[in-house]
Amino acid sequence: MTQLPVVKHILAANESLAEENRALLRRHGIFGLNIMASPGAGKTSLILATADRLPAGLRPGVIEGDLASSIDADKIAAKGIPVIQINTGGNCHLDAPMVGNALKHLPLAEIDLLFIENVGNLVCPANFALGSDMNVVVAGVPEGHDKPYKYPGMFAAAGAVVLNKADMIDVFEFDADYFRRGLEMVNPTANLFVLSCKTGTGVPEWVQWLTAQRG
Amino acid sequence: MHELPVTQGILSAALETARRHRAERITDIFLVIGNLSSIVDDSVQFYFDILSRETIAAGATLHFQREKAIARCLTCKHEFEAQPPLSPQCPQCKNLTVRVSGGQKFFIESIEVEP
Repeated sequence: MTQLPVVKHILAANESLAEENRALLRRHGIFGLNIMASPGAGKTSLILATADRLPAGLRPGVIEGDLASSIDADKIAAKGIPVIQINTGGNCHLDAPMVGNALKHLPLAEIDLLFIENVGNLVCPANFALGSDMNVVVAGVPEGHDKPYKYPGMFAAAGAVVLNKADMIDVFEFDADYFRRGLEMVNPTANLFVLSCKTGTGVPEWVQWLTAQRG
Repeated sequence: MHELPVTQGILSAALETARRHRAERITDIFLVIGNLSSIVDDSVQFYFDILSRETIAAGATLHFQREKAIARCLTCKHEFEAQPPLSPQCPQCKNLTVRVSGGQKFFIESIEVEP
């Protein structure tokens, strides 16, 4: 019997392709966001609300990940934003090779801010690096205030957390302090934005912060 | 679904290491997995048994060394193992100032082979 050291990330193949994506985005001066959330939290709404308010000269692009359909991509395309739809078939998350393929079909020279909308899921996407500069986790008020406690891995991986549908906080008796404490517990450095894509409340603050991150 | 690509990653790294050392059979694979990384041991072994058929890793046993997540209270500095369900409340001073870290490791440490 011989013991051989390996010491390698289990998803090393994905990690190295994510690095290639990252290098490609950097060469084009693109700031990439990996937008993750459960289905229906408002990922597409956040992308649209953000794109609407971007300062002039900051051009958005979108990669849409879904199990099936082009419903989300159609909404984005209707706004005149370059978009590629990835249908993952049964896969519950995007991975670096899928994003790498999508990047080949986007006009990278015309994009400054790339939104990669992951498959709606609070578990697997956190483990698969895509090559983005920041993870953004969207939580929706109707989902409940316990999400950071139940899905610590996802919230721990976030650079920013957007709590969407803030106009529904009273209706759903959403305990925002409890949510905030849960987030601070697993990720004290994440920036939390409480907003409503529907009413627009809080969106300008989020866009301002995001724009500054790009530098 | 998620365990399938994870298992493929484990198998290909193990096979590559064995090939480089010209080993003929892989008997054991040692993994370090964080307690908060949402990987289910039994599920990975199940996929592994299927994927490794017809390879030199067929029949190998996966060993999961679990990395603990650590909870620290900012108020009283009490430190303890964080276990789901996570709570921000310190069991010692009762303040809601617990911070959880670690528990996210996700790598293959080594393999055991027969030459």
